[in-house]
Amino acid sequence: MSECSDCHACGGTTVVEFPRSATAPKAVALIGPPNSGKTTLFNRLTGLRQKVANFPGVTVEQHTGMAELPDGRLLRIIDLPGVYSLSPRSEDEQIARDVLTGQRADTPKPEAILLVLDSTNLGRHLMLAAPILALGVPTLIVLNMADDLRNRGGRIDMPALSRELGAPVALINARQGEGIEQVTDFLAGVMPKPAPKELPILQDVPKCRAWAGRVSGQAAYRPPIAPKWTRRLDAVFLHPVLGPLVFLCVVVAVFQTIFSIADPSKDAVDWLIRISGKWVASVLPAGLWKSLLVDGVWKGVGSVIVFLPQVLLLFLFIGILEDSGYLARAALIADRTMAKVGLQGKSFIPLLSAYACAVPAIMSTRTIENKRDRFATILIAPFMTCSARLPVYSLIIAAFIPDRHIVGRLLSQRTAAMLGLYILGFLAAVVTARVLKSSILKSGRSPFLLEMPSYRWPTWQSIGLRLFDRSKVFLRRAGTVILLVTVLLWITMNIPYAHGKPPVLENSLAGTIGRTIEPAIKPLGFNWKVGIGLLTAVAARETIIATLGTIYGMDPKTQEDGLQKAIHDDLTPGGAFALLVFFAFAMQCISTIAVVRRETGGWKWPAAQFGYMSALAYAGAFLAAHVIR
Amino acid sequence: MQLSGNTIQPETFPASLMDLRRGDAAILDRIDLPGDDARRLMEMGFLPGTRVTAGRSAPGGDPQVFQVDGSEVALRRETARRLKVRLEKKKTPRA
Repeated sequence: MSECSDCHACGGTTVVEFPRSATAPKAVALIGPPNSGKTTLFNRLTGLRQKVANFPGVTVEQHTGMAELPDGRLLRIIDLPGVYSLSPRSEDEQIARDVLTGQRADTPKPEAILLVLDSTNLGRHLMLAAPILALGVPTLIVLNMADDLRNRGGRIDMPALSRELGAPVALINARQGEGIEQVTDFLAGVMPKPAPKELPILQDVPKCRAWAGRVSGQAAYRPPIAPKWTRRLDAVFLHPVLGPLVFLCVVVAVFQTIFSIADPSKDAVDWLIRISGKWVASVLPAGLWKSLLVDGVWKGVGSVIVFLPQVLLLFLFIGILEDSGYLARAALIADRTMAKVGLQGKSFIPLLSAYACAVPAIMSTRTIENKRDRFATILIAPFMTCSARLPVYSLIIAAFIPDRHIVGRLLSQRTAAMLGLYILGFLAAVVTARVLKSSILKSGRSPFLLEMPSYRWPTWQSIGLRLFDRSKVFLRRAGTVILLVTVLLWITMNIPYAHGKPPVLENSLAGTIGRTIEPAIKPLGFNWKVGIGLLTAVAARETIIATLGTIYGMDPKTQEDGLQKAIHDDLTPGGAFALLVFFAFAMQCISTIAVVRRETGGWKWPAAQFGYMSALAYAGAFLAAHVIR
Repeated sequence: MQLSGNTIQPETFPASLMDLRRGDAAILDRIDLPGDDARRLMEMGFLPGTRVTAGRSAPGGDPQVFQVDGSEVALRRETARRLKVRLEKKKTPRA
């Protein structure tokens, strides 16, 4: 799903001017190592949506938001990627460094820095304080996760730490908002500034660590005992037998729930759309406008909106898995498999998020330092079954596969078919990666380093913000791209308009175009209606549903049928199977093409990728159509 | 082959992180990796002289989680092999 309109990297960030004052800084940067709770603080301060995850390197994009100070002033907060140091080796570190030193044209140089560190792991996290303090920008050192520190028997003398660092410090719990006023006080310019201190030689990691150890020692830092629950949970999740079993169960449970819980909610939304459509039809006078609104817009856009609950459910699960810290364990379990196709564990993170959407997934490949590994990951990410395919799969599976259970109530035929399609996409990705990594993108391996965060309860705030954001993106897309395509389609279906009547569908402009391309798609078992759907789906996959909704809605023969029944009657089982395979392989998403172009710096890679995926989709669908009759 | 009597480490003692079993601890001695890779490992806590404890692993034993400097970091065997360790002194002279 497109995030292009949300991200700040597409067209440069708009710089908004705020009332200046002598004491309050204009822009403030948030920085910290991965898993320090930096993003939680960002959410807490700005209330703006931002991805939070218990996973190293998920915050690749630089997000900004507005924080309100106690006196009502607004402040711009820049959320920088999670980094361990400022030595510019990965793109993350490069961006963080450039922003902090004011070398990026699109971002104003921050006038103050909030450095967020995990208070339960202060010895190591304090290392980052050395290069940050050396920048000479007013900095508040925020020790997060105060509750964990306390509950696990840790301790720190904050005034002593402030003296040793020569910078103001604050001990907070960003998840609960405890101590947050210290941060806003600093931002408002209230906090006193202690005398600066001498810093270690920045290039020397052991010296930095020794300095961090000395500082925390002077501040009477007592590290907390190891997290008991993390150990207990890992005994299950990383158990040699139970671990992979749990992994499988989690995956199956997610898909089964999406099907069984999403169906009633989908029906409810569907009912709402149909009722409202009938109401609109009853108040509008008969004529072209009514036809456009009821048959075109309501049936077209409505048929996509029906899938909102399902897509949100998928994001809910992914959010819980990420925020709880389980995803890092899943990456660990999957690393061997990734290594076999020549990729590394870090590729697993973007590939997993590509199950939600390829666009943010491709952006998050920036954490992969090895350029060839990164390109390979970008090129295979669109094969992962993104949430835009979900509506297409659901519709066709529901139309053609009976709802029978295979293994008791645990697994139904429909869930199995859905899982099969997810596996198909995954296999295509794996084979492609294998080919790429043993040919044009061959590279030496860089060491695989993955930090295992402690398990944490996901917060409603974080998950809620994420779902809210997703709904907005989904509905915006339904209201813009899909609406536009639907209206254009309706127009082409009404040309040539003669004698106050629309033409017979086959003879309309849309019908003519469809029948022109029909010979090319006939071998796949598709008729011209599906052909029109495929053409519009180049914009975004789920558009095909809106298109078919409009086409069947306009056709007198199928007008009274539901979309599911109309498709069932219009396609052969072979054609339906071929359509599923086509969608599993094809790169039908303008947003993805755009983001690949941006991330690879040219048209070469996205063009090759589009060609390759289209060819694969055609060949796969051809085979599929001939396997079943 | 003749063995000299005054080897620094007991022959039975493992030579790299890869040889540690779950629960074993050792002192990191040196990192046999190119500068940038070594630096990244050091930033994650793998500094020479640090105590490293082997933890759980993915099925098949690769990659393995190591407890180091207050955090848990997973490494592949091919990397763990390059992190040489020495035996932990039982009686440390410093307090």
